[in-house]
Amino acid sequence: MRRIFLWFASTVSVVALLFGYHTSLGGASPVTAGGQTAISGSASGDHSRTTSGNGSGNGAGGSGAGGNNGNGGSSAASSSTVTGDVAQTQWGPVQVELTVASGSITDVSVVQYPSGNGTDEQINSYALPRLIQETLNAQSSSIDMVSGATVTSTGYLQSLQSAIDQAGL
Amino acid sequence: MTAAEVVPAPARRRVLQVMGTAVSLAIRGEHADGPLADEAWAGAVRVLEEADAVFSTYRLDSPVSRWRRGELALVDCPPEVAEVLDLAEQARIESHGAFDVEYGGEGALPDPAGVVKGWAVQRAADLLAELPGTDFCLSAGGDMVCRTAVPGAQPWRIGIEDPRNTKRLVATVPVWNGAVATSGTAQRGAHILDPRTGLPADRLLQVTVLAPDLVRADVDATAAFVLGDRAESWLAGRGRTAVVVPAVGEAVVVGGGESSVDR
Repeated sequence: MRRIFLWFASTVSVVALLFGYHTSLGGASPVTAGGQTAISGSASGDHSRTTSGNGSGNGAGGSGAGGNNGNGGSSAASSSTVTGDVAQTQWGPVQVELTVASGSITDVSVVQYPSGNGTDEQINSYALPRLIQETLNAQSSSIDMVSGATVTSTGYLQSLQSAIDQAGL
Repeated sequence: MTAAEVVPAPARRRVLQVMGTAVSLAIRGEHADGPLADEAWAGAVRVLEEADAVFSTYRLDSPVSRWRRGELALVDCPPEVAEVLDLAEQARIESHGAFDVEYGGEGALPDPAGVVKGWAVQRAADLLAELPGTDFCLSAGGDMVCRTAVPGAQPWRIGIEDPRNTKRLVATVPVWNGAVATSGTAQRGAHILDPRTGLPADRLLQVTVLAPDLVRADVDATAAFVLGDRAESWLAGRGRTAVVVPAVGEAVVVGGGESSVDR
């Protein structure tokens, strides 16, 4: 089955870490004990503590951690700003703001993926990582998740991931 | 926006705060939402919360905390405690001591936390994997399990954070089925100690490992980080695909084994 991979070129823009912005939101569960949060939704799904969104909207349910400032950014040919939840870390609150253009996060991803071989894709589990040679003014493709140094950058990832989640990318 | 029909269907997203981190789910396909999805998510949440309740060393009354204080025998702990400690011991042996769960740098109390997260997230992912015709990526603080069940599915596109500039990525990797884990010192300075020397591991900034499951990816990333200069050869010897970012120099891709699509 031949499939076409079309990645939207997206403009490179701003991903800003905003340290020191504090909100007094209980839902954010500051990790005062050094990383453990007390938040634990019930087994059946506590909607006040989980959010779910889709590609066209923001997480209207809210996580109680800074509100949902972002709109989906799904409208064509426009860019929008999505603000991630404030992430409480033992080093202080962290919040990320990013701009989404044409459904893609900008500034973080610069290579275009190879379309690959459809047969191989189904046999293999993952491809070789592709190192990014340039960081600016290059074609971008959207990403689904970010892998980073856990614990250390939890706050940032949490915030970035929340922005991704809210953008529904 | 043109040719919308070739755009991958947007994934549904769910987020949960647990185990001191954010757990994010991206899910698409037949049961991206609806009752089965809700049920699987509830099960996954339960797995993570139970793991936190049992293993948390920040909760003084957790079984692991009580065991560490000598108040509870291992045989009286929930059986998964011994299971996780076995995984940790296996990791210690395979990494020649680079991964040592009994080394915490503070009093040498055993803390299986280095294994628990990967183990718990993998278990949660296994529940989600029972959803027919459904692709998902479950991430906990940057370590994740990816799965595609739909024939011809597009891979999950994983960006690997640049430890020198966490606003950027150092690499990207498409993952159909497998786990991705990253260990490093981003934003906090050296925090991973070499259990063999007690000194901070400082030759590398970050190691990202791809593996069939998250326990192995997570443990190998930590062990490789500690191994420093020997990380690349050690990972290659284990047949792992990885991205190693040294303290000095450019990022390096390790691997190219059976699991790789291209070179």
